[in-house]
Amino acid sequence: MIAWQMIRFAFGGLAANKVRSALTMLGVLIGVAAVILLLAVGNGSSVAVKNSITALGTNSLTVSSSNLRGSATAAKPLTVNDAKALAEAQAPAIKSVAPVVTTSGTALYGDISHAPGSIVGTYPAYFETANQKIAKGDYFSNDDVLNSRKVAVIGSTTATQLFAGEDPVGKRIVIGGTPFTVTGVLQTKGSSGFNDPDDVVIAPLPTVQNAFTGFGSVNQILVQASSAESTTEAQAEISRVLLGAHAITDPTKADFRVSNQTSLLTARESTTKTFTVLLGAVAAISLLVGGIGITNIMLVTVTERTREIGIRKALGAPRAAILGQFLTESTLLSVLGAGLGVAAGLFGARFTIVGITPVVIPESVVGAFAIAVAIGLFFGSYPANRAAALRPIDALRHE
Amino acid sequence: MTSKPPVIQLRSVAKRYGHGDATVHALRGPDGPDGSPLGVSLDIDEGDFVAVMGSSGSGKSTLMNILGCLDVPTSGRYLLDGTDVGHLDEQQLSLVRNRKIGFIFQSFNLVPRTTALAQVELPLAYAGVRSAERRRRALAALERVGLADRAGHKPNELSGGQQQRVAVARALVTAPAMLLADEPTGNLDSRSTDEVLTIIEGLNRTGRTIVLITHEDEVAERARRVIRLVDGAVASDVRQGVSV
Ligand SMILES: Nc1ncnc2c1ncn2[C@@H]1O[C@H](COP(=O)(O)OP(=O)(O)OP(=O)(O)O)[C@@H](O)[C@H]1O
Ligand SMILES: [Mg+2]
Repeated sequence: MIAWQMIRFAFGGLAANKVRSALTMLGVLIGVAAVILLLAVGNGSSVAVKNSITALGTNSLTVSSSNLRGSATAAKPLTVNDAKALAEAQAPAIKSVAPVVTTSGTALYGDISHAPGSIVGTYPAYFETANQKIAKGDYFSNDDVLNSRKVAVIGSTTATQLFAGEDPVGKRIVIGGTPFTVTGVLQTKGSSGFNDPDDVVIAPLPTVQNAFTGFGSVNQILVQASSAESTTEAQAEISRVLLGAHAITDPTKADFRVSNQTSLLTARESTTKTFTVLLGAVAAISLLVGGIGITNIMLVTVTERTREIGIRKALGAPRAAILGQFLTESTLLSVLGAGLGVAAGLFGARFTIVGITPVVIPESVVGAFAIAVAIGLFFGSYPANRAAALRPIDALRHE
Repeated sequence: MTSKPPVIQLRSVAKRYGHGDATVHALRGPDGPDGSPLGVSLDIDEGDFVAVMGSSGSGKSTLMNILGCLDVPTSGRYLLDGTDVGHLDEQQLSLVRNRKIGFIFQSFNLVPRTTALAQVELPLAYAGVRSAERRRRALAALERVGLADRAGHKPNELSGGQQQRVAVARALVTAPAMLLADEPTGNLDSRSTDEVLTIIEGLNRTGRTIVLITHEDEVAERARRVIRLVDGAVASDVRQGVSV
């Protein structure tokens, strides 16, 4: 028997029951599309986490104040002096220090108003530590900080919101009655899912303190380690210096917390991996159900066409030809279903799903397709074998 | 006549269905001295035209299915062209059915949703004949049964007589040495019966062995030998002059 002859018979068999064939294929289609799409969503979220790790800078450490556990006294807040202590300390692992205050407010330019996600007051070192690069214009300088100049660097989202097509550099915006001159626009970082890091106004620390927050505490101190490897060392140095500055002898009673963003995000990444595996498992089950659908339909087909099998056998069809015909039918169902499933999965992955941009894993496409075809062969072989094993006379007598 | 050995040799062939009290001896032959069935023994010469008659349930179809290698006897030996069919495996049996035997059924047994041409090509496809050659031979066979103009029709677009002629074309397309027909005219009117029988007679004249089951005397008259079965045994075996 020539192979393509078998494929022709199989196509004929499928065409005889178009609706049924289509529904069976739909089962496989949904399974394959689910595998591709759900894995793409899972992968998309872990890619987003990875991106935010690199966006944050791999060697930055954040110092924030924390309440003493089991202590009645309130924590001593972090101040600019703490930052000075860190910057002046004999600590080789600490490269730079930037105290940070954050506030919110509404920015005005002409008659356009926009409330940026956050208004940050800090030192120029912040830009490098937080991995904020300038796209247009320039950063503000240490000189601007010393003189409390009313200048600001704005994020790309803020720039488009306030200035539309105009070049913001050199323009003046008003925030809470204080006019700021825009010195530069930051590069777009891209959303990491929850908040937009590009909707920000960054100004010299004393300017922001003077205008909004007052000269009390700072929200956090951003520290850059000299290298990604020395973050642990830097962490130890920070603790040592600040314990000294706050006059605390017992390190377990520290009133501040040094967090390593990278390790935090790594933990989050492993969570998304678990999430991906779970999604994949659910999708694999639906693929399996699609495969069982094939067996079901092929069993019905074989029963329905028992007489036809008898006729073919009486005409001298060898066992292999009958086996081949029905196996080809089930494989065609799964190949066509899987092909359409790949198309549907790839199409679906072009849309944002629950805030996550799916990133298709190429292996999942190949894998889902291959598994679907294998399932067609595997689940089709039982009914096909049953058909091939029928004795001609029994098949012919079948009602 | 010929010195060739008989193409069909049945030796004590018996067929039983069921067990115990429900046992049916579909083919039993004469009873032996101890009362047990001896089985049917029968020779059919190459090129003969045999009609098998008998009342309903007498075992005609059972006999025919064994001759066509569609069924196997419970006991006894069946030699086709000198080879014991009982010793062949599945693969070899399908080859025998494909190459040596053409089968025509009372109920036509065409493959549904398949055109007459594809229908007739089917045995050739299983024989591994190339597509162009297959088409040529299938068309020639359809021509022979006078249905060349119906090549593209599916079974549900053909009359009963035409369907049976397609079945005849399908049986003869591989040029088998033996044509087995189980009541081929049972479902046909007298005109269609005549058409089908004329084709079968023509095949017999070109040297094919024909075994045909019938209930009708007019059909049996056209055969050269008439075997009557009663209760699974040969009751009479008459050779007659060809009337036409
Ligand atoms: N698969 C089977 N199982 C049990 N009994 C069977 C089976 N096939 C046939 N028989 C029995 O064997 C006997 C012979 O049947 P067979 O079909 O050969 O009769 P027949 O001579 O062809 O009759 P008809 O002229 O009605 O076609 C019958 O009594 C029938 O009931
Ligand atoms: Mg019968």
